[in-house]
Amino acid sequence: MAYVAVKGGERAIDAAHDWLARARRGDRSLPEIGTAQIASQLGRAVDRVMAEGSCYDPDLAALAIKQAQGDLIEAAFLLRAYRTTLPRFAHSEPVETDAMLLRRRISAIYKDLPGGQVLGPTYDYTHRLLDFALAAESLEVTPLPLAAASSEDTPRVTALLDQEGLIEPSGVSTEAEPGDLTRDALAFPAERDVRLQSLARGDEGFLLALGYSTQRGYGNNHPFVGEIRVGEVAVELVPPELGFPITIGTITLTECEMVNQFSGSKTEPPQFTRGYGLCFGHSERRAMGMALVDRAMRAEELGENATAPAQDIEFVLSHCDNIEATGFVEHLKLPHYVDFQSELETIRRMRATATAATAATVATETEA
Amino acid sequence: MSGYNFAYLDEQTKRMIRRAILKAVAIPGHQVPFGGREMPLPYGWGTGGIQVTAAILGPSDVLKVIDQGADDTTNAVSIRRFFARTAGIETTTHTADASVIQTRHRIPETPLRADQIIVYQVPLPEPLAKLEQSRAETRQMHALAEYGLMHVKLYEDIARYGHISISYDYPVMVNGRYLMSPSPIPAFDTPKMHRMAALQLFGAGREKRIYAIPPHTDVKPLDFDDHPFRLTRAPQACGLCGARDSYLDEVVMDDRGGRLFVCSDTDYCAGRQSMRQDEDAAA
Repeated sequence: MAYVAVKGGERAIDAAHDWLARARRGDRSLPEIGTAQIASQLGRAVDRVMAEGSCYDPDLAALAIKQAQGDLIEAAFLLRAYRTTLPRFAHSEPVETDAMLLRRRISAIYKDLPGGQVLGPTYDYTHRLLDFALAAESLEVTPLPLAAASSEDTPRVTALLDQEGLIEPSGVSTEAEPGDLTRDALAFPAERDVRLQSLARGDEGFLLALGYSTQRGYGNNHPFVGEIRVGEVAVELVPPELGFPITIGTITLTECEMVNQFSGSKTEPPQFTRGYGLCFGHSERRAMGMALVDRAMRAEELGENATAPAQDIEFVLSHCDNIEATGFVEHLKLPHYVDFQSELETIRRMRATATAATAATVATETEA
Repeated sequence: MSGYNFAYLDEQTKRMIRRAILKAVAIPGHQVPFGGREMPLPYGWGTGGIQVTAAILGPSDVLKVIDQGADDTTNAVSIRRFFARTAGIETTTHTADASVIQTRHRIPETPLRADQIIVYQVPLPEPLAKLEQSRAETRQMHALAEYGLMHVKLYEDIARYGHISISYDYPVMVNGRYLMSPSPIPAFDTPKMHRMAALQLFGAGREKRIYAIPPHTDVKPLDFDDHPFRLTRAPQACGLCGARDSYLDEVVMDDRGGRLFVCSDTDYCAGRQSMRQDEDAAA
């Protein structure tokens, strides 16, 4: 075999992209999937991509999912890379989840409460039996009669606890603009605003696993689901020329408030503490994982021993972003000939030294 | 390319990156945090270098992109295309013709001039990361110039193996003050950084850090008087151009131990080969 310097990278890349496009399209005898179908029928996937892509736009998320062949991390990356090119001209007023148009609202700590328990569209009590009827196409769903939606605000469970003073006050709201890690590099120690932002777009699997680890004893914080609510909230903006808020649209959010035990400290009486989760779309798993990890990361602030991974702010925040993680893990596919070559030379030299030393020892022993 | 600004990034972002670069040049070897953006290429694939390049490119610049010393490795091709597409600038594979060189893992063999800038892609900007995981801690160690930990690591290497076992990304002291990661270039390339005439910029996209070595700055690999820094290079000559002074890639020729050693710097090798042919033709 004669060696020719590897040429043709450009042609290889073009051919790879062409092949990829064909693979994405799949069997041409089947109809092509439309982005509207994805947005409407694969809502949970769209929600995950919007959350991790850090951009609320179901249509673009659906496009990203189609383009990425359903690889949701790749889709979130596409959305992020698009998002970063958008100008940031204003920020909204804080969204009011008390005024959420509820689709689902449950509390695990009170049997009944103002606003009631609303089960909503949940997989929780489905039996996980493959529904072969779904495999058949054109399945008709009979519409349900709709109940009238309440226009009253639904108070939060934590507010009820707060009336008795049993739970710590929620974080102090300040006039200061919250941090934004899409504009500034993450710095440690990281404040809670930036931590929550980071978790809200963090990898769902990572949040889930870390939250789970706290339940199994790695930084346990005795959580109860105070409340989970899913629904639509209005996003309001104050245009400088108007000076009052106007609604620019509604978004679907999932919010989880965990109520956690706390034995009190020198300055604080025993009271419940909070872990908070909020994310785009309908994803209770993400919101709960986030709330568990948020509370775990408050260990130091609350005077607890921070020994578990979920309690280590720097560890959690540095590794929760799956766009960063997938990039760096997968970059190992890039050529490393040069570093590997230097490692080859080093290991050969080390082996030569080691072999010579062994030979010398053997020789000495034989002489003796 | 329509719909995007010159060299992809918007001007405000470029300004933010330029500010970070200026600060980095003013404090040689110090890692400056910057508001790194998501790029349309994955993290770990050169997003830091790409952002630095995007921030410094002008319409008259000529860009060269190398990965492992070669212009034709797929990722180098991809990044060169990215700028050809988004900035419409001229690109080259000739080191001498480039005004900006973006690189991953190598410094070209041809010495760089004062009118050139070299941009390194950096995966892990923190030279102390393998010894201390917390960046909050390492930041303090840099502030106090507390680098004993690294000296101990080198000493332990010598005690255990008889010599220092770091063969790439060899830690260097910049301007006698900051310990710096030269990026994963082979130790062979490290001396080229010392008092280089060209400006050296380093971009770490995922870790959101920029640092720099201004022209003619002292860059010293960490070592000991009785165990001085030494280069690692395959002892062979290049099988294509015969160079004995260049860094070599080892190419596996067959499954019976056949190896060919060739220059990793493809432009350098091609230049020497064509010079040889000219000489042969003249003779």
